[in-house]
Amino acid sequence: MKILSNIGKYFLMLQSVFGKFTKWRILKQLILKDIDSLIIGSLGIVSFISFFVGGVVSIQTALNLENPLLPKNLIGFATRQSIILEFAPTFISVIMAGKVGSYITSSIGTMRVTEQIDALEVMGINTYNYLIFPKIVALSLYPLVICLSMFLGIFGGYIACVYGGFSSSTEFVEGIQLDFIPFHITYAFIKTIFFSFILATVPSFHGYFMTGGALEVGKASTVSFVWTSVVIILLNYLITQLLLT
Amino acid sequence: MIQVDHIIKSFDGTQVLQGISTVFEKGKTNLIIGQSGSGKTVFLKCLLGLFQTDSGKILFENKAISEMTVNERSVLRQEIGMVFQGSALFDSMTVEENIMFPMQMFTDKENDEIRDRANEVIKRVNLINANEKFPDEISGGMKKRVAIARSIVMNPKYLFCDEPNSGLDPKTAILIDNLIQEITSEYNITTVINSHDMNSVMEIGEKIVFLLNGKKAWEGTKEDIFTTENEAVSNFVYSSDLFKKVREMYLKT
Repeated sequence: MKILSNIGKYFLMLQSVFGKFTKWRILKQLILKDIDSLIIGSLGIVSFISFFVGGVVSIQTALNLENPLLPKNLIGFATRQSIILEFAPTFISVIMAGKVGSYITSSIGTMRVTEQIDALEVMGINTYNYLIFPKIVALSLYPLVICLSMFLGIFGGYIACVYGGFSSSTEFVEGIQLDFIPFHITYAFIKTIFFSFILATVPSFHGYFMTGGALEVGKASTVSFVWTSVVIILLNYLITQLLLT
Repeated sequence: MIQVDHIIKSFDGTQVLQGISTVFEKGKTNLIIGQSGSGKTVFLKCLLGLFQTDSGKILFENKAISEMTVNERSVLRQEIGMVFQGSALFDSMTVEENIMFPMQMFTDKENDEIRDRANEVIKRVNLINANEKFPDEISGGMKKRVAIARSIVMNPKYLFCDEPNSGLDPKTAILIDNLIQEITSEYNITTVINSHDMNSVMEIGEKIVFLLNGKKAWEGTKEDIFTTENEAVSNFVYSSDLFKKVREMYLKT
């Protein structure tokens, strides 16, 4: 029952986010601040993880190609498919649920605990729009992060494969181009757009409606990470079922 | 003027406010006092519209909040200033930005004009060399001053304060009390203060409402409190020997 009530509350919250709008000159500053903390601030960790996981994917694939009849370009092919279809859009989003999601929950939760949200409400501000809308707009740039992740993942795979001596540069590049279906990129970005909305709103919900003190802010961040990940994984399944089958 | 007419508020079946009626007059510092858990904060949040009452009416200048249109409520909110117990300053903004915020939000004035007005109220609350500091870089007393400055920057008609001197040393607490009283008479606003600080009661209590277990148990002025025979309010106000002696001395003279 509580889950159903929370789902209802979440959709009512979304309705209010697009209700009375905050003044543009304030909103603009908030959006730029959120782009800096949510997007720019995540580039480092996303680049690091993507590069090395891409490398590991290509090494693992190379080590599992025991049959000498299998062409070496399969390493590039498998790396590309894994990175574009799942690793970059889905698993980076789960990682972002931990990084960006807990930041959003704890920052809004702290504002709740320290009565800053009450102060905004007393002033007559639509707090849903003021706090959550800039995050939705900032995270609409999230596909660019995933684009970078895709590039670095494949690049990491290339470096690990070529310099690890598993295949030649030509074979890896040939693999990347093998049976390339452009719709897979579209599919990955469609997923990413949905995930960015989830990354902005589910953690905001957990921060906004939290009660208690500092300890509860920590708990809310953990719960928020769990639920954001669950929703991303379920949505991933649903979108894949709808678009690829 | 704010009139409160028989308001009731419950949480999970427990009545926290049980039919409170009173009037808070313009140009006066009205105090709500009572023990912890007596319903003071809930009462204040109902007045502010942060909690909706189960029944009863709250009237601002004879107009009930419940009967106001969305626009009227929005205008009313801009006429309200609030000083929260923990100051509730925005962490990500400097002192000056905190004070400028309501004007940036609700007026079309240029930033320079807004900054001038902010500096005017900063001077009024005696904040020195703090404009560029962040809330975590200033003392508790300074935070209260910033909160007061932010609440009066829009020239409000109503000022609400939730335990404005909690966590402050006695000297700073009295300075904050006096500042609120001066602002109340200077701006001719209706001020409602939630407090359980007896110094505040004796210093600035032009009207005092005593709450006990969610009910109004007594109301009067700081002078009446010396002569009251209401046992509940006497037990609360004169719980310390010092105040008992002060009362005895007052009655003798």
